[in-house]
Amino acid sequence: MIRTLALPAALLGWATVTYGNRALEVMNPALLPTPGEVAAVTVALARDGSLARDVLVSSGRIVAGFGLAAVAALALGLAVALYAPARLAVEPLVEFLRPIPPLAFLPMFLVWFGLGETSKVAFIAYTTFFPMFVAVTASLLRVDVMLLRAAASLGATRRDLLRRVVLPAALPGIVVALRLGFGLAIFVIVGAEFMGADAGLGNLIMEGRVFFNPAQIVMGALLLGVLGSLVNGLLVALERRALGGRALR
Amino acid sequence: MSARVQLEGLHKTFGVDGHAAPALSDVSLEVHAGELLCLLGPSGCGKSTLLNIVAGFLPPTRGRVLVDGAPVTGPGPERGVVFQEYVLFPWLTVAQNVEFGPRLQGAPAERCRAIAARYLHMVGLSEHAAKFPVQLSGGMKQRVAIARALANSPSIVLMDEPFGALDAQTREVLQEELSRIQRVEHKTIIFVTHSIREAVYLADRVVVLNRAPGRIKEIFTIKLPEARDRFAPEFTRYESEITRLVKEEVARVHE
Repeated sequence: MIRTLALPAALLGWATVTYGNRALEVMNPALLPTPGEVAAVTVALARDGSLARDVLVSSGRIVAGFGLAAVAALALGLAVALYAPARLAVEPLVEFLRPIPPLAFLPMFLVWFGLGETSKVAFIAYTTFFPMFVAVTASLLRVDVMLLRAAASLGATRRDLLRRVVLPAALPGIVVALRLGFGLAIFVIVGAEFMGADAGLGNLIMEGRVFFNPAQIVMGALLLGVLGSLVNGLLVALERRALGGRALR
Repeated sequence: MSARVQLEGLHKTFGVDGHAAPALSDVSLEVHAGELLCLLGPSGCGKSTLLNIVAGFLPPTRGRVLVDGAPVTGPGPERGVVFQEYVLFPWLTVAQNVEFGPRLQGAPAERCRAIAARYLHMVGLSEHAAKFPVQLSGGMKQRVAIARALANSPSIVLMDEPFGALDAQTREVLQEELSRIQRVEHKTIIFVTHSIREAVYLADRVVVLNRAPGRIKEIFTIKLPEARDRFAPEFTRYESEITRLVKEEVARVHE
């Protein structure tokens, strides 16, 4: 009930404020786009096909960058969790690079990989790798030793332990890692596209700024919200499956 | 199917040289095939350490454990373990938990299901097969853990204060069930407890351990009928005899 009403209520609030402002002129109405104006921009951009292109381009970059980072985080997380020398080698480097805001490296990514797709994908992959790696490693290392003992006393080999205990026990933590990483991917795509791109939602927002079209800026932001919550919904469903019986708590 | 367990001169010391704390000191003991042996002693006497060594979770500092003559080098499916905190796999259903061992051995799915059904029936949980561990009470969880251990047909079952976390009533019910199951299964069982009543109720022999460093103080053979009466005079006699011995031990520690 509250859940289904929350979004319509927010929309109503937005409409009240913006249409009210237009009537009373508390501030310049051009700075506070109404839902109608945003809808009009959306329709216009959807008609000429540029909206679909921007959404597809951004989604593609997010999926590619996030996907690469997720695979790397899982592979390296497993190596580090299962093989102590790997941990000794990888951890200091990760812990040194991790606190540096990735935005500090963004210009370098553009210099190295150009203004095309590669720089965006690489930047998203670089940024989202760290939180995912840390969370994946932690959830693998935190598997209760008693569960491992129980399985070993039932005859589990090292391979059985990994497949039937470590992975299922760590799975909920791994899904949370993916959710964190994906949220961050949406966060940084905009930054990456601000710095120079010919398409994408970040570019659309930047255009809205350059050509002074606040409705277009708001639309771009809202679309990012829609995209993010769709994928988050997917990942939450995945998380529920991963939790299995543990979700009943 | 049951096996003989021999403990030969077991020593266990924790910590590093300077601050080494001995937990077990020269424990030698033979557990007969098909016997239920209770390890009894105050907390900190090393009884759980002893069980963990037999399970293969800890290596002894000196000495060795033999199962039917073969030395123990690590955990193995012929030694089933029941833990005080149950340690069920929370992502698996009750039935899947019980099937875990047979599945590892590569038994066909049909056979695994049959085995699980049999042991769940034995512990009275047939109706709860599809539930997850979080949906069960402590007593039910421990029944699942016992079924899981037995379903793997171990020749030895190691039980580390399995009823210690349960309320008094549930505890007695589970003791009765274990004693009933043991009359059918005839496993070699090493059962760790600090409850004298529990030991006298369940055991063929009770091994009383000394505290710090753990060594065997005395071994009682309980000559009582299989279905035991907690209120019979002979039962009470064993209870008070062992109580006196353990009290001496506790008093000595507090001197």
